[in-house]
Amino acid sequence: MPVVEAGQPAPEFSLATYEGDRFTRENLLGRITVLVFYPHAFSPICTDQLSVYQEVLDDFTERGATLYGVSCDSVWAQQAFREKLGTTIEQLSDFEPKGEACRAFGVLHPAGFPERALVMTGPDGVVLWSHQAENPGVLPGANLIFDALDAVSV
Amino acid sequence: MRGPEGARPVTVYGDYECPSCAALEARLHELELRVTFRHFPVRSSHPRAQAAAHAAEAAALQGAFWPFHDALFADQGRLEDPHLWARAEALGLDLPRFDADRRSDAVAERVRADFRGGIRAGVATTPTLFAGGLRHVGRPGPELWAALRPA
Repeated sequence: MPVVEAGQPAPEFSLATYEGDRFTRENLLGRITVLVFYPHAFSPICTDQLSVYQEVLDDFTERGATLYGVSCDSVWAQQAFREKLGTTIEQLSDFEPKGEACRAFGVLHPAGFPERALVMTGPDGVVLWSHQAENPGVLPGANLIFDALDAVSV
Repeated sequence: MRGPEGARPVTVYGDYECPSCAALEARLHELELRVTFRHFPVRSSHPRAQAAAHAAEAAALQGAFWPFHDALFADQGRLEDPHLWARAEALGLDLPRFDADRRSDAVAERVRADFRGGIRAGVATTPTLFAGGLRHVGRPGPELWAALRPA
């Protein structure tokens, strides 16, 4: 199943936060959210992707968009990853049932980890824009997110 | 920008603490190219990258961008402040001026402008090289050298 497309409502899903709460479809409502699906914590490429987004995080905030990193790693691994990168981007874990939320968004790789994909949702929980990299080794630049924000704010 | 006039122009987005950038830099020297370098320091991966970029721009204000740039890539293990001062001294720069400039808003803004330009161009990691329609991302390999070799 391909990544959810613009115009579709975001699926029902449940992800774990480091604080021990669940992050569900409800949490998307009332603002612009960008879910950054990445294959694995600590793989070198993800490191750069989130580090680069961190550098322009203030710009995203200014545009009213909140970013979350999503992977199938445990919340502990995600937190350690976050500390190592020195990023403030909040992480959401799809560890148990593993890959369930990724599957719902159409981004679960057959090998059991998220594809490198971006899903932007609007205040009504409907997908505004999505993008899946041609393979997990290709990094989606932050420009894609800015372009999508430009397109939806017209 | 440096390299023979009329040579093929390439733009490199790089980070002085990135080993793949140093590998690319070393080989670019051997090719006849007109190289523009733009700063793309990723602080969380490379804590000294930004300080190094600011130092290179401070050296540029005394006409020594490229020598300083080369000195940074030549020894990536030494990017702390005393190492930056030592490079400036070795190049005969005015040290107090260098130190004031590298902490100045103007220099920070210049590096930031490069970074933002990179973001707009879709740069997501370093090095990223643009040459006409060609775009190469990451560690350079034989296919890149083949593509950049003059026809």
